[in-house]
Amino acid sequence: MEQRHLKGYLYLLPAVLFLGVFLVYPLFDVVTYSFEEGYNFASQTYRGIGLYNYRYVLRDPYFLQALKNTLLLVIITVPLSTGLALVISVALHSITVLKDFFQTIFFLPYVTNTLAVGLVFMILFARTPYSDGLMNLLLGIFGIAPIDFIEGPYAAKLFVLSFYTIWIVLPFKILILTSALAGVDENLIKAARIDGTGPMRIFFKITLPMISPMIFYLVITGFIGAFKAYSDAVAIFGVNLNAAGMNTIVGYVYDMLYGDSGGFPSYASAAAILLFLIVLTITLINLLASRGRVRSN
Amino acid sequence: MKVIFEHVTKKFPGRGKNKDEVIAVDDFDFEIPDGKLIGLLGPSGCGKSTALNLICGLLSPTNGRILFGEEDVTAIPPERRGVGMVFQNYALYPHLTVEQNIIFPLQNLKGAERLSKKEMHDKAVEVAGLVQIDALMDRRPSELSGGQQQRVAIARALVKLPRVLLLDEPLSNLDARLRLQTREEIRRIQTRTGVTTIFVTHDQEEAMSISDLIVVMKDGRVHQIGRPQEVYDDPADLFVAQFLGTPPINVFDGRIENGSLYIGEEAVLAWETVLPEGENKETAGTAPASDKPIPVTVAIRPEGFVVDPAGPLTCALDAVEVMGRDVSVVCRHPKLTSAPQIRAVIDADEQPDSAREQVRFSLKPHKVLLFDPESGERLRTGW
Repeated sequence: MEQRHLKGYLYLLPAVLFLGVFLVYPLFDVVTYSFEEGYNFASQTYRGIGLYNYRYVLRDPYFLQALKNTLLLVIITVPLSTGLALVISVALHSITVLKDFFQTIFFLPYVTNTLAVGLVFMILFARTPYSDGLMNLLLGIFGIAPIDFIEGPYAAKLFVLSFYTIWIVLPFKILILTSALAGVDENLIKAARIDGTGPMRIFFKITLPMISPMIFYLVITGFIGAFKAYSDAVAIFGVNLNAAGMNTIVGYVYDMLYGDSGGFPSYASAAAILLFLIVLTITLINLLASRGRVRSN
Repeated sequence: MKVIFEHVTKKFPGRGKNKDEVIAVDDFDFEIPDGKLIGLLGPSGCGKSTALNLICGLLSPTNGRILFGEEDVTAIPPERRGVGMVFQNYALYPHLTVEQNIIFPLQNLKGAERLSKKEMHDKAVEVAGLVQIDALMDRRPSELSGGQQQRVAIARALVKLPRVLLLDEPLSNLDARLRLQTREEIRRIQTRTGVTTIFVTHDQEEAMSISDLIVVMKDGRVHQIGRPQEVYDDPADLFVAQFLGTPPINVFDGRIENGSLYIGEEAVLAWETVLPEGENKETAGTAPASDKPIPVTVAIRPEGFVVDPAGPLTCALDAVEVMGRDVSVVCRHPKLTSAPQIRAVIDADEQPDSAREQVRFSLKPHKVLLFDPESGERLRTGW
């Protein structure tokens, strides 16, 4: 091997070492745990090997509830947040006055602590013995009866969680899309205008295809991010998510490990592997669906 | 379609530290005749691209009107002006094929003008044939060479039969050989289609070689409009004289005294009449008789020198560059102001002895131009 190759590998070593110990090894470990029945951390023992953990998890109503919550969250928030981010970015891109001001405003949630924001959301939506919360106050103006968003019907809770998730992921998407829009060659738009193209056609036939790689990137990372949701739910509904019926898959994994019903690394591992398989499938579908539609450079 | 500028001015507001507003186009007032190829020529920053953008409507003038024929288009947005434009970087849509790029403008047609798919395809094929890219219809722009991309851009601009075709620095992204070829091509396409074509360039050779008419600009002002040869032979001022021609014109400090034109101590040409334009004939006419010398700027085209052992203009000889057909004599003269060296182009047969230290020239009178040293205005001479 040449000297310079050796040097290259030497430089890679620290990263490879750390990634190997803290990422790759645990990954394989989780796969092993998921097949070991009744694994016990303390005694390092297990009863047998098989698919029992998967069977258990897939029959656990809490897991099924978490799966349903997560899937609904993904389906609602990813398209809505991406679409909303696109609309806001295009609007930001087209204004000149106060552009920086609005950009800052839209970016603020990104630098705000998730849990703090969750708390604020809870206060906005929660009903207490003394008040119905600000949101209900607003709804009251339109003659809508107060709704308990935090402890009430499932749809209301899902609404709050989706609202919150969209709000928290929006800034990053806006950031990415505004820079993508700024990167579109101004001359293409000018050429299209001179060729007699209306604004809608310019947007759908020129601008959108030009920024499609970025939209695709946001959809993929959006899916992955939404599947991994957990802290958002905790911030609004508290730590006992199973009781609230608002658990997510990651929340379920956490509960299985450390929660009140915790101490079951095997179940946690199986649930984690199931999540991994779901995310992998969805990402592959995304990749296949985008082929030919997303402009490649 | 005639394009008429009526006292058009375009100012850009100052920004940041440069508070002064910039006048990119200063009182343009001229007419571009129908069906001709016109070159807007000037150094960079002279406002020629601004002028082009005013015609296509991407910019609107601060003052004045722009007319296409009889129609005032000043307030009409670019979408509805019916112009075709080729951008400097071509601005082809990278995600569309060549054919899709070319039919893009046709897909915008509405109502009675709407075309069927077949008609669009036929038109695209026709115009692609005109610019000789019909074999590349299914490629994407990234798979084309610079020259091919440019042809696609021209085809896209031509396909909807524009009233005016605009080309922004059309040759600047091409290599030297392709540039020569493409400029012939532009000429040919213009002649074939008869579309009024306006192109912008900073390359005087490019503008001279293919234009019916050139508009020489500097700092937002039109200095001269005319046929290329006319402008070259008879420049309105020193800027135009210096901007046109390769090698550039040689400029000297000179004076008119005792009925002769002097460069330094040598009387290089007998003088008959010098008459600054618009100046009183009597005062100007009497000047040579007086012993008071009149300072003038003397500009001599490279081809205005004739090697003549008895010639009046003596220069220190630096080099003789043989180019085959003709010869460049590189020499120096203390009164030369335009460059460190004089470049004279002479016939290969008249080659001076390059071993000599001096070379003497006589001058061809019609290649010697006089200018006012203050204003740079042309002084019309009678020789």
